Amino acid sequence: MFLAPAGVVLLLFVIWPMLNAAATSLTDARLIGGGDWVGLQNYRDLLDDDRFLGALQNTIVYALVTTPVSVALALALAVALNRAVPLRGVVRSAMFLPFVASLSITAIAWSFLLDAQVGAVISWLEALGLDTGNGLRDPRFALPAVMFVGVWRNVGFFMVMFIAGLQSIPKEIREAAVVDGAGAWRRFHTITLPLLSNTTMFVTVIAAIFSFQAFDQMYVMTGGGPFFRSETLVMLIYSRGFEDYDMGSATAISWVLVAIVMLISLLQLAYFRRREVRY
Amino acid sequence: MHRLRALSGRRLVAAVLLAALLAVAVAVALLPFVWMLSASLRPRGDLIANPTSLVPGIWTWDNYRAIWEQIPFGRQLGNTALFAGSVAVISVTLDSMAGYALARFAFRGRTVVLVAVIAMLMLPPQVTLVPLYGVLVDLGWVNTYQGLIVPRAADAFGIFFMRQFFLALPRDLEDAGRVDGASELRIYGRVMLPLAWPALLTVGLFNLLNNWNDLLWPLVVTTQTDMRTLPAGLALFKGEHVSDYGLLMAGSVLALLPMLALFFVVQRRFIEGIATTGLK
Repeated sequence: MFLAPAGVVLLLFVIWPMLNAAATSLTDARLIGGGDWVGLQNYRDLLDDDRFLGALQNTIVYALVTTPVSVALALALAVALNRAVPLRGVVRSAMFLPFVASLSITAIAWSFLLDAQVGAVISWLEALGLDTGNGLRDPRFALPAVMFVGVWRNVGFFMVMFIAGLQSIPKEIREAAVVDGAGAWRRFHTITLPLLSNTTMFVTVIAAIFSFQAFDQMYVMTGGGPFFRSETLVMLIYSRGFEDYDMGSATAISWVLVAIVMLISLLQLAYFRRREVRY
Repeated sequence: MHRLRALSGRRLVAAVLLAALLAVAVAVALLPFVWMLSASLRPRGDLIANPTSLVPGIWTWDNYRAIWEQIPFGRQLGNTALFAGSVAVISVTLDSMAGYALARFAFRGRTVVLVAVIAMLMLPPQVTLVPLYGVLVDLGWVNTYQGLIVPRAADAFGIFFMRQFFLALPRDLEDAGRVDGASELRIYGRVMLPLAWPALLTVGLFNLLNNWNDLLWPLVVTTQTDMRTLPAGLALFKGEHVSDYGLLMAGSVLALLPMLALFFVVQRRFIEGIATTGLK
């Protein structure tokens, strides 16, 4: 009785569409409802679909760069803020602010900041004598720019999780190490990092999942361009499904994405479980 | 003695270095917000003539006046508030009921339901996007408020979070209620909910924030300008009028303001909420 309302919503709007997606991916539907059975043709087509392979590559590059970078930055910030630093609360709130603001809106500001004509950041980099090319419209810089904005948005969120993890480490252990004469780096390496591994696992999994779902800043800043250089899988799903109305292909790509995300979650869980620390 | 001074000297350098690095991090984190504010307060010509400066050479409120006329800004603001607000209220209610049931009642298939909820937690929402749109087309719900709101009325994260919270509450209180002959609904409403308000607030805030900020979902469900929420409306306006910098930034400032204000009011609770999610 208590379960029914939520159950109906999830059944109708999550589970049913999910099963439907599995079925649609095996048809050549142009709009949902119709479509003839084509078996695994949509999946086979993906194998020599250059746009899909490009998007897959971009997504993997995006994930491989943003996940470790944002986790490492967040950890560094958390460790720095876990001691007596002036204005600690202010710094923490400021770092967290990007996560609270709508990414599609802050991405508009970033796309102007990185614009070759009016971009403040571009004008500063030029003043330093750096080659900024055509700013955000430069094929070389499009993907790095959206990766940067992805890290910029999520670092504060991961940082807060790390701070919570750090505060759950008993003070006595750290104090004992100080008494034993362990230096700061040694303390971090042999005490903090191992005792934090549960948090690190959780944050890394979330960061990886976030990176595979990235959409907003690409849509706003580059539209996946130039020349699809910054198109990711979710961008491609949107574009295939809602601009080309090729539902069969769009759902097939969706399922590829599910498979990747599930695989990564399981691999990471398995990897970290072996190293899990209990205290 | 000499060594001691050298050591404290090194400490000082380290502390200054750390402070400098943190200052840089804060500057990068805040840069788009500062620029947004600045660009919204200067005319276009001033920005193009002097892009390096963050301080407007000429100050003007014109952008804040014009944005209400250039796009149906008021309407889209209302849409955003209605969408995010009702989803937050409805989903907190439904999620807490479901979470309570999963935590407290023994019924057939409970394990199956729980596994399904956890699986949904890991599922990227984009997967269901295309077929979900098909469901909305069948229901005739494209470009409607119910189309925006109802599919979001319950979510796996909220259910799981509430279940974990209710599991941690002692059973004695409900048992006392049962002995007194109160109905299950009454026990839930009068005994459990008042105890659960910190968790309810966390789930509600997350929902409010996520939906207020969301781009992809409103983009898919709405095609009419009048039905768009602000993130989608502004993103599309940017696509059409690439160089209306001040106007877009004025709209952005106004669109971000409610959530940023809310964040400052409840930041302690909010950050603690995230901390508890991390520990699940």
